[in-house]
Amino acid sequence: MAADHPVAVGDQTRIHDIGYRGYDGPRLGRAAIRRALYSQSLRGAYGLGRSAKSKVLPMLLFAVMCLPAGIMVAVAVATKANDLPVDYTRYAILMQAVISLYVASQAPQSVSRDLRFKTVPLYFSRPMESADYVRAKYAALASAMFLLTATPLLVLYLGALLAKLDFADQTKGFAQGLVSVALLSLLFAGLGLVLAAVTPRRGFGIAAVIAVLTITYGAVSTLQAIAFEQDTTDAIGWIGLFSPITLIEGVQSAFLGADSTFPGGIGPSDGQGAVYVLVALGLIAGCYGLLMRRYKKVGL
Amino acid sequence: MARVTTVVDVTVIATESLSKRFPRVTALDRLSVDVGPGVTGLVGANGAGKSTLIKILLGLSPATEGQARVLGLDVATEGAAIRERVGYMPEHDCLPPDVSATEFVVHMARMSGLPPAAARERTADTLRHVGLYEERYRPIGGYSTGMKQRVKLAQALVHDPQLVFLDEPTNGLDPVGRDDMLALIRRIHTDFGISVLVTSHLLGELERTCDHVVVIDGGKLLRSSSTTDFTQTTTTLAVEVTDSDEHPDGTRAMREALTARGITVEHGGGLPGAGHVLLLTARGEETYDLVRDVVADLGLGLVRMEQRRHHISEVFQETGDQRKEAVGHGS
Repeated sequence: MAADHPVAVGDQTRIHDIGYRGYDGPRLGRAAIRRALYSQSLRGAYGLGRSAKSKVLPMLLFAVMCLPAGIMVAVAVATKANDLPVDYTRYAILMQAVISLYVASQAPQSVSRDLRFKTVPLYFSRPMESADYVRAKYAALASAMFLLTATPLLVLYLGALLAKLDFADQTKGFAQGLVSVALLSLLFAGLGLVLAAVTPRRGFGIAAVIAVLTITYGAVSTLQAIAFEQDTTDAIGWIGLFSPITLIEGVQSAFLGADSTFPGGIGPSDGQGAVYVLVALGLIAGCYGLLMRRYKKVGL
Repeated sequence: MARVTTVVDVTVIATESLSKRFPRVTALDRLSVDVGPGVTGLVGANGAGKSTLIKILLGLSPATEGQARVLGLDVATEGAAIRERVGYMPEHDCLPPDVSATEFVVHMARMSGLPPAAARERTADTLRHVGLYEERYRPIGGYSTGMKQRVKLAQALVHDPQLVFLDEPTNGLDPVGRDDMLALIRRIHTDFGISVLVTSHLLGELERTCDHVVVIDGGKLLRSSSTTDFTQTTTTLAVEVTDSDEHPDGTRAMREALTARGITVEHGGGLPGAGHVLLLTARGEETYDLVRDVVADLGLGLVRMEQRRHHISEVFQETGDQRKEAVGHGS
């Protein structure tokens, strides 16, 4: 390196330093690094900043998620209906297949890639701690899922206002719907990430997430139907605890004014409702704890 | 150079009876070593404890006992501050194939705490310095091993660290790629002003690149000395001569002549065709002159006279006295 500063030789001739330049600028702390990883992961969950091919599925699912809401709004406005065809809290339950597909496809892309290509050591050889990584990844996927589930509710709400439906009624319903999908986003993102972080193989991750979501739902629905046939209605509430989607259903029919969709419309009792909330929050905390444990071990 | 170091004798890495024991193995055994600025080679066979040492120095794995400081910071309590000033290039593959080198290195720069604009600027600079040009916009999946190694190196340098740990950077490279990488490592110190700790299981290639070499085996320090010490005391010459009418067995004549001049000569060992190769220890320039003169006096043809690359095994064969002496050559 001949000179760090341009040196004047004669009047106009300058020798420019084209060698290595150091960096004296700011170095941001862990919070900023976490935010950078969060926004990169959130964009990645919709394929932004990635190849065109990886944008297809998340964008498609997002469109599929919003389309029915648009149609419902159009119908409600055109027919001057007195109410929206579905409740805000019901929408995500109806679209659960789309939500499951989304989390099954995006949770593995968020964490399995780093494990599979062994990029994780590069993160942990930098100032961030494993907790920063887990928090950023969890928050990013939960936010992505909230975008997926809350956007159609927003479409419904705006449509309802456009159709001049009762403002107070709609706002209350919309707010209840948002709380419900926020809880759903946290729960599904947590389950998705825990399952995806177990294996570096993306395919296994996708299969595991879909299996856990659909098999538990199928089993719970079947057992609830059997319990209903045998008139053991008390059991219906307890059985609902064992699958993620019925767990959300239970919480919202107990506290968020939703009609129960369990067999015979039997929702959990107040006591059971409290258990539902506890189990849901416990699962979210458990997923977070498992992720922290998982990444403590990954290291270099 | 890029960084003006006012204090010359700064210790970059210092460990003091550093031990790391796992339930069934001892990875590091009371390792005490000082490393100064410059390029330092860390040599050891696979499983000698090199990676364990790097992990401890990055503050990612607590030592069982003893202590270590990197850039004057305690690894046990100031890990995050160390990792802000240090770069790490892992031995294994660590690159996602579906993003370009630019995207990947920018992301890693952000993960080191650089603001977005600085991350992009540093990435462009660093990729150019490691020798990646137009290809940096293509997905990494299509890169050759040499290009991938450069990307791995770039992500370790992008935040302008004061020290980089390079774990087996020449692994999987062909001889030309190896030389290029070694030259690049040399430049990291001479041109960029960044100290380097580079591991390898080949002592020979580090001899040419490093200012200082630390050899560990089984978690113990075998020797730590500057490279000049190394070559002066241990350079082995391989000499092969032709036969002549006067000396039907030229090799034997040569050995007798050299022995008469007080030089210990060994046969080349069990290597193929090694029966005619004589190995002798060079003590400096005069040994080369002596060999030349002896060959000329005997009227033999000199087929070859070359420096032998050292392998770790040769260091292992050294006597205990030499080891003790070597340990003292810390910084």
